[in-house]
Amino acid sequence: MSRRPEMNHRTHFDKVWEDHVVFQEPDYPAILYIDLHLIHEVTSPQAFDGLRPKGLRVRRPDKSLATMDHSTPTLPLNQVVMDPQAEFQLKQLELNCQEFGIPLFQLGSENRGIVHVISPELGMTQPGMTIVCGDSHTSTHGAFGALAFGIGTSEVEHVLATQCLLQHKPQSMEIRIEGKLDPGVTAKDIILALIARIGINGGVGYAVEYTGEAIRSLDMEGRMTVCNMSIEAGARAGMIAPDDTTFEYLADREYTPKGEDWERALSRWRQLGSEECATYDRSITMDVSNLEPMITFGTNPGMGIMISEAIPNPDHVKDPERKAALIKALRYMDLKPGKPLLGHKVDVVFLGSCTNSRITDLRMATSLLDGRKVSEKVRVLVVPGSEEIKKMAEAEGLHQRFIQAGAEWREPGCSMCIGMNGDQLEPGQYAVSTSNRNFEGRQGKGGRTFLASPLTAIASAITGQIMDPRTLM
Amino acid sequence: MAQFSRITSQAVPLPINDIDTDQIIPARFMKGTNKEGLGENLFNDWRFLKDGSPNPEFILNRKEVQGGQILIAGDNFGCGSSREHAPWALMGWGFRAVISTSFADIFHNNALKNGLLPVVVDEEILVDLFDMVEEVPLVNFTIDLAQQSLLLPDGRAVEFPIDTFSKNSLLGGVDQLQYLLSMEDRIVSYEVEHDPS
Ligand code: SF4
Repeated sequence: MSRRPEMNHRTHFDKVWEDHVVFQEPDYPAILYIDLHLIHEVTSPQAFDGLRPKGLRVRRPDKSLATMDHSTPTLPLNQVVMDPQAEFQLKQLELNCQEFGIPLFQLGSENRGIVHVISPELGMTQPGMTIVCGDSHTSTHGAFGALAFGIGTSEVEHVLATQCLLQHKPQSMEIRIEGKLDPGVTAKDIILALIARIGINGGVGYAVEYTGEAIRSLDMEGRMTVCNMSIEAGARAGMIAPDDTTFEYLADREYTPKGEDWERALSRWRQLGSEECATYDRSITMDVSNLEPMITFGTNPGMGIMISEAIPNPDHVKDPERKAALIKALRYMDLKPGKPLLGHKVDVVFLGSCTNSRITDLRMATSLLDGRKVSEKVRVLVVPGSEEIKKMAEAEGLHQRFIQAGAEWREPGCSMCIGMNGDQLEPGQYAVSTSNRNFEGRQGKGGRTFLASPLTAIASAITGQIMDPRTLM
Repeated sequence: MAQFSRITSQAVPLPINDIDTDQIIPARFMKGTNKEGLGENLFNDWRFLKDGSPNPEFILNRKEVQGGQILIAGDNFGCGSSREHAPWALMGWGFRAVISTSFADIFHNNALKNGLLPVVVDEEILVDLFDMVEEVPLVNFTIDLAQQSLLLPDGRAVEFPIDTFSKNSLLGGVDQLQYLLSMEDRIVSYEVEHDPS
């Protein structure tokens, strides 16, 4: 059971949670009110189908937003023949949104993009909100101090019908990130290092709040990268209490309040954040002062090392299950223990996904490109997270720099993060990817994924092998 | 949703930790718009070799385990994505319960909402279970939800935890969506109080 904090001992999470409990019976889960429900084509059709036979309507279409991202092509529409199944799925979403009056950014809309990219960029994601989506990386929105988490399709149906969810209150965990990052080391490296340390089930049952100097000094995009991958540590949600960085990002976005409403919202948002004497069910601290760029070598996001380190040797692992998992992962990846990953060949570099496809990620990558070309042996896919980011990048000329370097500049979407739209690895290929999952076959059957930051990805693209970006800076 | 009270069945051992949802049902099989047929693609990339033929080494391809309704798996089962396609695929294959030491949160929720019972046991029991099926592959286990008990072939009864609400839902006492719908008045008052617009 989670503790019942007194008023002045509440954590940020406690405040947001309590503010949304509609009702709770003893022994029953809380009925939690949802402020924003995000919807995409893959996990929603069965939920809409559930409503019809029961004669139910969508309770609050005005608190719902749908987009198309997972199975959309990343080549211009006039250049692709769409997979008929994917096309049907997209059509289905369109019809469902029409029937139930839900706003939809469909193919062709200038607001379309990856669900976790567009909601913040439109200013729909706001501090203190509850946000859900049939997608585990909903944790991204926690960067704004929202309580945001992924749900299954049955729960999508519950939210459509009632704007509420049945939830047991998770425990709370503070993850304090101290220290100052060295140049070339980024938010992505922080979260990969954290997961390597606490493990992919280290956060199960917890809502995580990230605190500390290193978190405070991140911009919103870096904070989103960190919160995005909270789920890779198994956490229910990852949150960062809002501060001036948050408010500056939100000011004047399309859906944020304006004028006096903005002032009122600000004073409400400033009440959020954990109390000085708040206590968490669990607290851990990690210092990132000497952190190097991180990279994964295995088949889950917790199997990561600093880029100069050697691949762990199963012979040195005592726990029999961890040892078995390591052996299995190295066999799948076809890697030798004890050797460094640096210099390992790379076939594909993917720069994209809801973890790292935002404008700062693209700027970071082009800064390292600096007139260089990518290796002829490497296929490099750059997939902006949204139409808006694509437009911004093109206005800055970033796309030309990618194209001139020999990279493919694509249309926005999830793309090779999940490989549902045809952008896939071939069996046996090695990819350095800025996405969030390196599970077996995640990016295409038999494909092998090294997760890393945009800097490490582009450095590896340039040299055709796994490369420490700091050597090119 | 499917109800659950008591099953007796042989068990299928999958002694691997951190089995993620991309293994349970790879994303390329999620382009459908209903819940049907996913069982055919359960563990697809482990079940089939590169040339598309069944992998004779993989447990689900063995004749003797066909019809087994209980899956026994390593720690942290179902980590990864929120896809409810994972429990749909497991149930499509014929599984009614998964036994492990721990489950990923979203998978756990999704399973309960579909009548697929996640049974949490401690490490020692899990090791015993794997040993038992290794020795006698066709041995039967019984899971009794009302009693919250897992009956082992050696006569032991192991208690497992489940929250009251989910238990009642699975036993057919509460329909979760109906329960939420019955709270309409409270939801309206909440909305009036918090969002007068
Ligand atoms: S980019 Fe990848 S992780 Fe993010 S929503 Fe799309 S498929 Fe999921």
